[in-house]
Amino acid sequence: MGLTDPAEANILTTTYDKVFNWARRSAVWPMQFGLACCAIEMMAVLDPRHDMSRFGSEVFRASPRQSDMMLVAGTVTEKMAPIIRRLWDQMPEPKWCLAMGACATCGGPYRTYAVTQGVDRIVPVDVYVPGCPPRPEALLWGLMHLQRKIDRETIVTGKGRSAA
Amino acid sequence: MSENDRDPKSDAEEKAPEQEAEASDEVAAEAEDEAKKAEAERLAAEAAEKKRLAAEAKAAAEAAKPIWERDPSPPTWSDADDDELVIALRSAFPDAITSARSFEDLTLVVTREAVFDLAKSLKEEHGFTYMVDVAGADYPDREERFEAVYHVYNQSTDRRVRFKVSTDEDTPVPSLTPVWKGCNWPEREAYDMYGIRFEGHPDMSRILLWEGFNGFPLRKEFPVEGIDTGSAIYPEYYEEAQGPISGDGTGWKVPKKPPVPPAEETAAEEASTEGSDSDA
Repeated sequence: MGLTDPAEANILTTTYDKVFNWARRSAVWPMQFGLACCAIEMMAVLDPRHDMSRFGSEVFRASPRQSDMMLVAGTVTEKMAPIIRRLWDQMPEPKWCLAMGACATCGGPYRTYAVTQGVDRIVPVDVYVPGCPPRPEALLWGLMHLQRKIDRETIVTGKGRSAA
Repeated sequence: MSENDRDPKSDAEEKAPEQEAEASDEVAAEAEDEAKKAEAERLAAEAAEKKRLAAEAKAAAEAAKPIWERDPSPPTWSDADDDELVIALRSAFPDAITSARSFEDLTLVVTREAVFDLAKSLKEEHGFTYMVDVAGADYPDREERFEAVYHVYNQSTDRRVRFKVSTDEDTPVPSLTPVWKGCNWPEREAYDMYGIRFEGHPDMSRILLWEGFNGFPLRKEFPVEGIDTGSAIYPEYYEEAQGPISGDGTGWKVPKKPPVPPAEETAAEEASTEGSDSDA
């Protein structure tokens, strides 16, 4: 960023990338849903002790149309998987996905006919947070990683993946 | 009595010249032994009596307690052919009950043909108005491998009865949903997990798994990681035969069993099999 002559008129010059990335990473609104015990830790992240709003992510939206990030907190069953995929498809671009915990990452302890072996089998995942369940600090760590990832994006190449 | 058995005291007396004295000593020793033995027996009998009395007192104390405060004791199987309920049911439905045993609760094995009428009688004449649960069971070694197990409860007499109906893969068992409406979902679950079909059920479809699921997961031969994956489950998201697949594909892999070496070479090859295990 730099100041130019008309600084007296409060004008800043910068790149689109910087402005867009700053805006996007500073208000990553997650979609409000939890699938298992990880959701309890996800709720703990919102409490005053951990306070996810410090990172601009406290606004959990009840609709996928208003969300930026899908926070998959818990076990994804094969019966639930098509619904999660549909929610993902309903989210507007740009969108990110954070897989929280062992189950969402790889199926965790449930290597069975009923459990999807990782949510990345149905949606593209940006950040994996290990743990069973992860501590709230770990989820914040994952959110900060996601913010760093968003900071590296450009509007020229986008996220480098198709809109599907 | 040999010399080895004598105590040092009698050995010392042996040095005395009189043989008679020695003999009388032996008699006295024997008498003393017998007296000791009798005393020991008396003490043992007393102890046993004491123990028996203590056990009786404890049992009486246990029996006086309410049932939830008693010490837990493992139930055992016993015949229940002379149970009043069994006699009544047998007189009403001859040949319906093939086995009547008790494992705390009455356990009946009922034929498929008679189970519906027997269940109706249990509910309407014997007061078993509450259907607790329907469970499935799989015994692959039996000729009729599946069992549907019903638990019913009489709320006025606080009595539970469990009765079982066996079947194979193809033969349906009569649904008891017309008798107890609570059977509806548990029977669907038994169908979902074991493939037991219930005839006369209002909606014989899967309840927990999705329609189109391949197999019945609680059958013993079902692979725990499932049969269908990828495109077989999500045709809208994966191309034909694509996506993570089970078996020997690129997705889940069935763990390979280590080869069993011949009996003679077992000891020699133990080290090498351990090595291959750690490689895996």
